[in-house]
Amino acid sequence: MSNSRRLLIVGGIALALWGMGYGLWYAVFAEHQALNGIGGSLATAFDAAARRNPGAVETAIRDYKEAKYVYDRQVDVHGHWIGLAMLLIVVGIAFDRVRFAERQRLMLASALLAGAAIFPFGVLLETFDHGAIPRGIAILGSGLVIVALLGITLGIAGGEAPSE
Amino acid sequence: MRLEYAAMVFSKSTDNKETGEMQPSTFAPLSARRLLVLGGIGLILVGMLFGDIFAVFVLHQNAARVGASLAAAAHAALAGDHAAVLASFQDVGSFLENRGTKVDTHVHMIDFGYLALMLAILQPWIAFEEKAKRGLAWLFLAGGTLLPVGVFLIHYVGLAYSPLQTIGWASIFADLGGLLVILATLGFLLGLMNHFRSHAPSHVKDGLLPDRSTESRLLLGGGMVLVLAGFLHGAYYAGVDLYRHEALDTSILTNMAKAAAANDVGTVDRSLEAYGQLQGDKAVNIAAHAHIIEYGLLAMMLALFQPYVRLRESWKLRWAYVLILGSVLLPVCVLMELKFGLVAGGLADFGGLLVIVALFAMWIGILRYTGELDSQAGDVR
Repeated sequence: MSNSRRLLIVGGIALALWGMGYGLWYAVFAEHQALNGIGGSLATAFDAAARRNPGAVETAIRDYKEAKYVYDRQVDVHGHWIGLAMLLIVVGIAFDRVRFAERQRLMLASALLAGAAIFPFGVLLETFDHGAIPRGIAILGSGLVIVALLGITLGIAGGEAPSE
Repeated sequence: MRLEYAAMVFSKSTDNKETGEMQPSTFAPLSARRLLVLGGIGLILVGMLFGDIFAVFVLHQNAARVGASLAAAAHAALAGDHAAVLASFQDVGSFLENRGTKVDTHVHMIDFGYLALMLAILQPWIAFEEKAKRGLAWLFLAGGTLLPVGVFLIHYVGLAYSPLQTIGWASIFADLGGLLVILATLGFLLGLMNHFRSHAPSHVKDGLLPDRSTESRLLLGGGMVLVLAGFLHGAYYAGVDLYRHEALDTSILTNMAKAAAANDVGTVDRSLEAYGQLQGDKAVNIAAHAHIIEYGLLAMMLALFQPYVRLRESWKLRWAYVLILGSVLLPVCVLMELKFGLVAGGLADFGGLLVIVALFAMWIGILRYTGELDSQAGDVR
């Protein structure tokens, strides 16, 4: 098994385990609380509207916005880590069909693995800091994934690679 | 265990050189690979069927109920009726939980099926005895079934007889299922690392991987293009629509609640309509993004299993085309649902059905292959 293939398969399984572990932690310790926070703040906003209290409406909607922002990203992180991990494993298994030299294949594999780890991590950082740096990390990660996938697609479309 | 594995791997390698064919031993009855292939495709099929039934009979009706409850809450706020506001939000919460658990059941069942297929492909590289691999495969399939079933039951079981304040028995069993899947995957990872440390890593040959048939290349290339298209769409959505949608979500709800506080019926009704449209826009984009990548991955995995599909070559190619056609049709039509309504929705469901039928046909082909292998083994006995 070539190094590029090994990197993708082992990296993919490790990322899948990491993503599942994160999902399990999230389901047990955070998800129910997050959903209660979203529903509770929205109900509070409309209850404040019924009491004709616009100030309380704004406060409750702000709480809702923050809770929803964090919840959406945490679910996305779990889904993307595992989805990308599966992509890494499948691409790794079929990697001998990519018609490039091992050096280029190792570069593509490294870019795909790095992107798959960094992209959801950037999204997770957005829950702590709404600034440009986490967003930049997420964009860098997704860019790496897209460029690597484009390279791999071209490598597969280019014809048959010699067997390992 | 490692020495036995090395001997097994070496003997397989020799056999492969002599015959140039796949090794039936890697797909023996109740072997880890066969369990994971048949169980994995079974999980994907059940998950997809569940998703189609959910989309046709539950999803739209549920969305309408959520919208109606939100409208009821807004109008109760207009009337200054606190009790009705809270009751309406309890309904919204219940409808959303119902929807969320159904989506999670669908997604987790399919994803565990995908993971099972990947682990099936990796079996020749898992450096454990077949008995241990079989045990891990059973553990994986048990967890992969327990989690989605537990998640499905969350809405119906609730907190009945639960020892915890926020988590019910269905959630506890779902989490247990997740834990079993993690343990099994961890076991397979250890086996893979064991293989890399063993003395004969390069001798593993697998009849599945050298296959370069037309249907295999179509599925692999088509799958890669689908995955790439999904990522490009996701990047476009994140860059252009995601933050705009999030800002709109908050501003519409703020307008709605403030208008209710100011007794402004017209603004409340306009906000409710805008909120419904926004939720629809978000839902179709996320569904298209998720489905195109999911189907791309499925096509790529099925490309690797084509040697196990015992059907005529012409039919294998036809089913590959049907799978790719359905995989394109569903996400494209989902995206067009907002413009073309039920026609696009119907075509999207038809696309999903094409994928299910093609997958089922391939599953039957694999079952025929297992039957052939087993009857040959019977003749020898």
